[in-house]
Amino acid sequence: MRATFVASEVGHGLRRNLTMTIAVIITVAVSLGLFGASLLVRAQVSTMKDFWYDKVEVSIFLCSKGSDTPSCAGGAVTDAQRDQIRSDLESLRPLVEDIYYESKTEAYQRFQDQFENSPIVDNVTENALPESFRVKLSDPTKYEVVASAFAGRPGIEQVNDQRQILDKFFRLLGGLQLIALLIALSMLVVTVLLIVNTMRVAAFSRRRETSIMRLVGASNFYIQLPFLLEAGIAAALGALLAIGTLIVSKAVLIDQVLAPSFQFTAFVGWDSVVAIAPLMLITGVGLAGLAAFFTLRKYLRV
Amino acid sequence: MILFDQVTKLYVNQQRPALDDVSLEIEKGEFIFLVGPSGSGKSTFLRLVLREERPTKGQVWVLGKELNRLSNWKIPALRRQIGTVFQDFRLLPNKTVFENVAFALEVIGKPSSHIKKVVPEVLEVVGLEGKEQRRPDELSGGEQQRVAIARAFVNRPMLLIADEPTGNLDPGTSIGIMKLLDRINKLGTTVVMSTHDSQIVDQMRRRVIELESGHVVRDQSRGVYGYAR
Repeated sequence: MRATFVASEVGHGLRRNLTMTIAVIITVAVSLGLFGASLLVRAQVSTMKDFWYDKVEVSIFLCSKGSDTPSCAGGAVTDAQRDQIRSDLESLRPLVEDIYYESKTEAYQRFQDQFENSPIVDNVTENALPESFRVKLSDPTKYEVVASAFAGRPGIEQVNDQRQILDKFFRLLGGLQLIALLIALSMLVVTVLLIVNTMRVAAFSRRRETSIMRLVGASNFYIQLPFLLEAGIAAALGALLAIGTLIVSKAVLIDQVLAPSFQFTAFVGWDSVVAIAPLMLITGVGLAGLAAFFTLRKYLRV
Repeated sequence: MILFDQVTKLYVNQQRPALDDVSLEIEKGEFIFLVGPSGSGKSTFLRLVLREERPTKGQVWVLGKELNRLSNWKIPALRRQIGTVFQDFRLLPNKTVFENVAFALEVIGKPSSHIKKVVPEVLEVVGLEGKEQRRPDELSGGEQQRVAIARAFVNRPMLLIADEPTGNLDPGTSIGIMKLLDRINKLGTTVVMSTHDSQIVDQMRRRVIELESGHVVRDQSRGVYGYAR
């Protein structure tokens, strides 16, 4: 094996086919960029889930005087009912991690804090807000256990899971991620087709060399290696371009723009980028290598 | 060296076989002329020897191997023992004489020290010493064919296949090429040469195998190109 000879063949090949090489690099970069972006969105969704699910709680609103749900037919919640609910909640440990009782007064204060600058505060009195139990679960997905145990019981107006609101939002993000992934996959198909075509042209434009190589007894591996390396190098360049774009997006778009404006939520860390980057490189080079290999098997037969 | 045992080659989409039940044997050290009109099966014969085609029926033995049973990855090893020369020279136009010959060694992974030693030697054998740095377009047709022969011979193959090597050359130049092939034959390499050139065949007086429509119609030692002329 003569490395310098193979290297010079690869160099010649890449330069001779410069336009095609550039086309391959760009399509690989775009498709892998989208691929990486979709993986990053998924990581973002999971980061946000971790962040928010940790904070969400199940709210059990108790009946107040004017409540019109059937379970509140008996009027406002009684002290006995309230104590019973509390002890039932206690019995649900360890699923129930934390129980906090919010009285009408506290609810009113929180309401005032939240809507400080809004005229709505003036229209709401302390009595209009229900008292409630705020329950934090050790496993937020087991919300149904609490809901089935308490919903519809006398004295309870409503059982509310904040997770359901978040889930709508996460479904939206998941949908966006799916779309990005689908576009990325179709771009990868385009990339593979382009590489197949590029290899065909390359094999054709060097048919003189390869026919001589076959006649003097060069092995298949030796004949195909320069082509495979060319495809691999072009794909690697495209992948590096895509990874660079991903890093810049993370550093500028997420860390500089999004994170300061949306401080209430967490964003993906560099560990996700570090995990995604090699995946992009492997996908790009692997796909290019496979596409080239199968094309060459057809066009550079012994 | 070469043994054809009832070989038939039928190309796809063709009615008549290119070779029809051909049996013949070529011994080590022989010099063979393969003659016959275009389409008589000469090229098919050579392609079968090089294992560029497989026979439809029958067995082809080359250098002690039955080519039907030779697996694909062993073909390169076979071809390294066979030199090939063509009518159209098949040189790389952007490489020098030295590089063209060296290419044949580079692609089979020979070290450059070996290449630097044997390429000048073989260029001297074919009479191209001093022209190492020329490019093919700076050479005459005869010289280009000498480069091709040097490339075919640089590995000292057991067998040299020449497909109308003088087809593009004038008679004077052809004689030089034939003398060179004769010299290579005397160095121990079996030469199989297809040709249309009756003068050469008549002068050399070597074994002649004549094909017509895929059949061997004449196999004659010390033969001439044809009777009916």
